[in-house]
Amino acid sequence: MSHRTVVNIGPFHPLQEEAEFYQLYVEGETVVDMDVRISYNHRGIEKLDESKTFDQVPFVVERVCGICSASHPLAYVQAVEEIAHVQVPERALYLRTIVNELERIQSHMLWVGLAGHFLGYNTVFMWAWKYREPCTDALEIATGSRVSYANCKIGGVRRDMTNEQLKAIDQAVTEQQEPLEMLTKAVLDDPVLHARLKNVGVLTPEDAKSYGALGPTVRGSGIPIDVRRDDPYAAYDRVDWEVITAPGGDVFGKAVVRLLECFEAIKIIKQCVKDIPGGEIDAKVEAIPPGEGIGRVEAPRGETFHYVRSDGSNRPVRHKIRAPSFNNVPTFKASCIGLQIPDVAITLASVDPCYSCTERMCVAVDAQSRKPMYNFAELVKLSQQKTQRLLKQW
Amino acid sequence: MGSIVLTFILAATGTLVLGLVLRWVDRKVTAMVQWRVGPPWYQTFVDVLKLMGKENLVPVTAQGTGFLLAPMIALAGSGVTAAILWHAIAIPSQAFVGDLIVVIYLLILPALMTMLGAAASGNPHAAIGASREMKLLLSYELPMVLALLVAVAQTGWSFKLGGIIEAQAAGGSVLLSISGALAIIVAILCMQAKLGQVPFDLAEAECEIMSGVYVEYSGPSLAMFLMSRAMLLALMPLLLIIVFWGGLYTGAWWGYLTFAGKYFVLVALVTLIRNTNPRLRIDQTLKFFWFGLTPVAVLALVLALVGIAKGLPWL
Repeated sequence: MSHRTVVNIGPFHPLQEEAEFYQLYVEGETVVDMDVRISYNHRGIEKLDESKTFDQVPFVVERVCGICSASHPLAYVQAVEEIAHVQVPERALYLRTIVNELERIQSHMLWVGLAGHFLGYNTVFMWAWKYREPCTDALEIATGSRVSYANCKIGGVRRDMTNEQLKAIDQAVTEQQEPLEMLTKAVLDDPVLHARLKNVGVLTPEDAKSYGALGPTVRGSGIPIDVRRDDPYAAYDRVDWEVITAPGGDVFGKAVVRLLECFEAIKIIKQCVKDIPGGEIDAKVEAIPPGEGIGRVEAPRGETFHYVRSDGSNRPVRHKIRAPSFNNVPTFKASCIGLQIPDVAITLASVDPCYSCTERMCVAVDAQSRKPMYNFAELVKLSQQKTQRLLKQW
Repeated sequence: MGSIVLTFILAATGTLVLGLVLRWVDRKVTAMVQWRVGPPWYQTFVDVLKLMGKENLVPVTAQGTGFLLAPMIALAGSGVTAAILWHAIAIPSQAFVGDLIVVIYLLILPALMTMLGAAASGNPHAAIGASREMKLLLSYELPMVLALLVAVAQTGWSFKLGGIIEAQAAGGSVLLSISGALAIIVAILCMQAKLGQVPFDLAEAECEIMSGVYVEYSGPSLAMFLMSRAMLLALMPLLLIIVFWGGLYTGAWWGYLTFAGKYFVLVALVTLIRNTNPRLRIDQTLKFFWFGLTPVAVLALVLALVGIAKGLPWL
């Protein structure tokens, strides 16, 4: 049984919607080694931001990820607010919390649907996406848009919500509760799903820590790490909620964490709608002084981290983004080796990877001289030389 | 000779049309379960027609002969099975001895040819699909044959399909005894595996190995595999009705209606099972069939034998 074949998942594969490339070295059906190559979709957003004014950047960064389009702008504006020492009005903090929790519900339900699809359970796929509708409707009520909410601005939020809007959101999440309970029950009680998900793709707490895993990936391994509690932002320290964890570290645990987090999100939204104070929604920031700041937000996939440096002009001189998938994707090395192909497929999907969010430039550096190798001109030259060589051969 | 050719052509084309219609029913019901609109009634026919007009690509890694021959033999196998089954149900008295055994063999052909074609295509995804198809075949074949044997025992050890139908017409359906009910449950689950539907669609698992066994097929050869599978969708319920459920009662005018009802129930079961389950792993499938269903089938067979020995027809 030492015959090794390579099974490619990617660069374009029905498993995931983005361009990713996993190479599975298999013996029979057992995966003995794996390799990943990403960076098929590098968009240069960090560099792009340096050419935008501070007020324009939120609209760029919300396009980092279509599903986390509330988390990235919030992390960015928190970083800038740290530079400018802005006191954000209470009402704006509550409004931010509402939109971010709505985003969490729709993202987690989207994952549940996709996980069903990866397991060949297309009914769950379609049902989860249908039952996600009240939540996306609520987002549309709140911000005017189902994705790319354009809600955050430095010093507050862009739009206030009327009492009618808040009531509509409350009603929408109440409507969300029942189908969510049904779905949770259907997933947690299904014996065939148990057989497919339990003790599959186990990420031990030690591995989760050493890889620096984030979000539901690490909480599914029983470690309660959550920026919302550890470094509270928005209104998370003013409402009552719990960090959900599940023991085991298997795919089932991650699914449980995601489903139960949706109920916590509903709880948070309901409290926010009830307790929201009146007043201003914008601190009216005039200028950003020189300095540097960071913003951390618990996105649905884990902590997203933004670093911004200002030199006193109206543009950031450096903007650094670390999406949670950057930490979560490498955990496959710990969780996937030794599994069978179908288990690898669902384990890869269980970290809810978001490749284009995490893409970055790769620079090859010479190990001895630390000098960068293969810049653009050199690569063009190499390519031309190869063409010449091929032409000569023919 | 002429009548044989005519039977073959009529049964094969009729089964093909029926199978494609059933395929559409399956897709439409699935769509309704999933809050989608679903395809129009002619969709499965245009799918096949479109594929027939497409180029037949043979990858450079493929062993051309086996690769192209496999879908044809699969289709031919389904056609011959159709002829035998429909002939048996229409004129039970004219069946030949041992046609049940021939049918069991012929029904393996599509799976066998899928494996051959996939292995000949030289694609690693197809190779994994082929190995899964083989393990799947090994899993469900034993309980399937044991379940069929229950009906054979109950109808006086008749290996003739016509004999089984006639015995049931005289003494009631096999299904109405405990052993018969157990056997048809086993047979329905084996049918699900034979049709390659969820939870046993691992040979072509879309999200893992990209349609696995069919990944390199295109154009007419893919159409032939699709037609062969559509025919199986029509033939498997037919086989179960003949063996367990009395075949076509022709004694009264509602005989045809009850037959259509039985057909509908069995196809609806396939759709129901495939829409309420995730895909199983191959080792789980093997365990399910060998250690779950085989003992049930053996139990059914033992009950049937005890029933015959003691003269208790309800056992």
